[in-house]
Amino acid sequence: MTQPDIQEEGAAEQIGFRNQLRAGWKALPIAQRIAISVGLELALAILFFFVDHSLGYGVAAVSALYWIHRLPPLPWKVAGQVALIAIFAYPVPTLAAGLAIIFAVFWVPQPLRSRVLPVVAILLAVMYPFYQPKMFVMPIFGVWPDIATGVYMLVFVMMAVGLNIVVGYAGLLDLGYVAFYATGAYTAAWFASLQFPKTTFHMGAVGITPNLPGIHVTIWLLLLLGGVITAFFGIMIGLPTLRLRGDYLAIVTLGFGEILPQIARNSDNFLGTGFNLTNGPNGITPLDSMGFGSHIGNFTHGVLPANYLQCCNATYLGHQIQSTDLFFWTAIALLLVTVFCSFRLQFSRLGRAWIAIREDETAAAAMGIPLMRTKTWAYASGAFFGGVAGAFYAVFKSATFPGDFFFNISVFILCMVILGGMGNIWGVIVGGAFLAYLNQEGLANTGAWINANIHFGSHHPNLDVPLYASGIYGVIILVVVLFRPEGMIPSRRRAAELHEGVHDDPLYDTQHAGAEA
Amino acid sequence: MFVVALVAWLVINAVKAPTDFFDIMLIGITTGCVYALIALGYTIVYGILELINFAHGDVFMLGGMFTITYATHFFNLHHGQGMVIIPIIFATLVLSMLSCGILNAVIEKVAYRPLRGKSRLAPLISAIGVSFIIEDVGLAWKGPNYVTSPDVLPHSAVFSIGNVHYDWNKLLVVVITVPVLLLLTWLVQKTRQGKAMRATSQDMDASAMMGINVNRTISFTFLIAGALAGAAGVLYALYVTTVRFDQGFQLGLIAFTAAVLGGIGNLPGAVLGAVLIGLIQAFNEGLNWHAPGSDWTQSIVFTILILILVFRPEGLLGERTPEGG
Repeated sequence: MTQPDIQEEGAAEQIGFRNQLRAGWKALPIAQRIAISVGLELALAILFFFVDHSLGYGVAAVSALYWIHRLPPLPWKVAGQVALIAIFAYPVPTLAAGLAIIFAVFWVPQPLRSRVLPVVAILLAVMYPFYQPKMFVMPIFGVWPDIATGVYMLVFVMMAVGLNIVVGYAGLLDLGYVAFYATGAYTAAWFASLQFPKTTFHMGAVGITPNLPGIHVTIWLLLLLGGVITAFFGIMIGLPTLRLRGDYLAIVTLGFGEILPQIARNSDNFLGTGFNLTNGPNGITPLDSMGFGSHIGNFTHGVLPANYLQCCNATYLGHQIQSTDLFFWTAIALLLVTVFCSFRLQFSRLGRAWIAIREDETAAAAMGIPLMRTKTWAYASGAFFGGVAGAFYAVFKSATFPGDFFFNISVFILCMVILGGMGNIWGVIVGGAFLAYLNQEGLANTGAWINANIHFGSHHPNLDVPLYASGIYGVIILVVVLFRPEGMIPSRRRAAELHEGVHDDPLYDTQHAGAEA
Repeated sequence: MFVVALVAWLVINAVKAPTDFFDIMLIGITTGCVYALIALGYTIVYGILELINFAHGDVFMLGGMFTITYATHFFNLHHGQGMVIIPIIFATLVLSMLSCGILNAVIEKVAYRPLRGKSRLAPLISAIGVSFIIEDVGLAWKGPNYVTSPDVLPHSAVFSIGNVHYDWNKLLVVVITVPVLLLLTWLVQKTRQGKAMRATSQDMDASAMMGINVNRTISFTFLIAGALAGAAGVLYALYVTTVRFDQGFQLGLIAFTAAVLGGIGNLPGAVLGAVLIGLIQAFNEGLNWHAPGSDWTQSIVFTILILILVFRPEGLLGERTPEGG
């Protein structure tokens, strides 16, 4: 009955099986291996071709890409890539252009590539409204996301980057991030709407008549204010709770994440005083518009528009500018600021302190890192970006409702961070963009595709895929945590930690923790 | 100061409408019994693995759905069957406890065991994932609406004091809960398996060296926890008569609060905490004089949770550990 090595046994067995498989494969002659691989890929492509033509082409293209990658360097690879674009992508110009850009970027030699890649990515993102209508139809996922979805994606990526500071850098599991989002959204709503009609206060707001009751502050200030108030709120939550151990902290944040929306829902009669703080379940709507005001608008001849909602006669590159485009570009600017701050924080003194705490709290404290203050700063920074994102999204929707702030949203944002790779900004951006897209359009498109293409004889499944969104996120979380805990694009340091185990907490023993530490 | 105000509030309410007050108290104790069964599941799992099993509440929800399926589809339970309902309820209870127990053990094996010994937050995150998956399993199985069970428990009074009636359906909840609790206490305190559980929770490596099969002990613990959730599901389905796919998470959190209030890892503490939380909820939602009302129940429960975790993490009955909870 004795089992001294509980963990190692299972792992060794698994590795043994994998090794056997690999050894068997390696024993085959090279020609057979290539033949089997190509045959399998072709079979797969043909199979998929019958489900959906473009899917079959896609599989063939990906396997071709793989084989090109295996080719000996330079002339052959270039020829292969050109051939690939010519064969698969030429009939679809946008796909060909996209592939050409990707190949071109990856031909840039390394030290330069790390600089070129972000520039190209930003340029592609900024130009997105111009080429979005011309984009090809993706297999399964259908058409490319529209600009409003783009704004949604950017806002959620921004929140994910903010949460990444708390979860990824400092290693504090926050299950109530939605509370920060809500704080930011309500801050914007209070100071840029008719919510408090007894007060009349105007400060640089655009698109409203003079003497309109209520508080109307310019949105630019409110974005900052939303961040600052939310950061302050994060500190308020953090001070009493951050000395709790990891999982208790998670529960406390979850508690705040549940209480806050309920307060928002019930505070149309604030604490029984009759004061309408949040307008209850009906939410606060509409909010003032964004804009640079008429002075800057006229001075720049409308390049920086006076009011986002009353703009847009201009047509550039065959695309008439919409107000959604303006929000999209603003969101990109905000995201860039967030990502920039996040990068700068990562290797700052504070960022290194966060990582030290994440890796070994006791050792960090022994090295003279003030635990509470450092953790509180992580909370405040994470909260700040959550607040800015919340304020911006409220302005974009021109509304805020307590129903937007469910626990699911917290887990959704957490899922982005986990999927992309905790602690890695690029991973979080990619994971966040993908999941936000899935949530907004992708799942519905995928469901439509499944219902149209998958059938067993005459039986159609008629799945309502978006209904099961949270279950799908659950599967993603589970699969990532079990099989690739470092995420899709891991931060190297974090991956090493996750594989060797973190020693800041004794693994089983809490009773005698003092003895070990 | 706060306690004095609370007591004063309760006394004033009791004096103003005594019948209501005691009726509500009985409701609170009954709900508390259901919470106790769920809270015990949290507590024994936390005791052994230090894992907050987020999926537990959803296992409980599935327990309710199992109950309704078994009772109405297999045993054809319906209103007005007389005494036949007793064996039916008993058989449903056994089946539902079995199903949930096995489900919970499988969850442990698939989602928590591979992560044991890695970072502490990994199993917590995977528990959240499992919770979402189970919720959607319930959604796919029974649809987005409330599933109703036939209201078979008799509502007639067992005994009455003045105008306060103690009904049979409330008694039945207690009659099922108390033996389950006694059985669990006996199991943990007196049996060999219970000894193994206690040893494993104290030191996993040392108990493995002493010849305890740690994996089996943990599986067994999850089996028991799942069975408790299944029992709670039966009681909830029969007493409240409606179950919906998304109820598990909320009720699970309330039960978790109860476990923390009593002192997590502590069996009598979980029961005490659960009855207290049941009473708090019932008083808040039922009393007329200056009660915040059901809109605020969640906020109150979570405020209690936060206050307990911050100021007395060992709970009402727990011991203070070196880590401070």
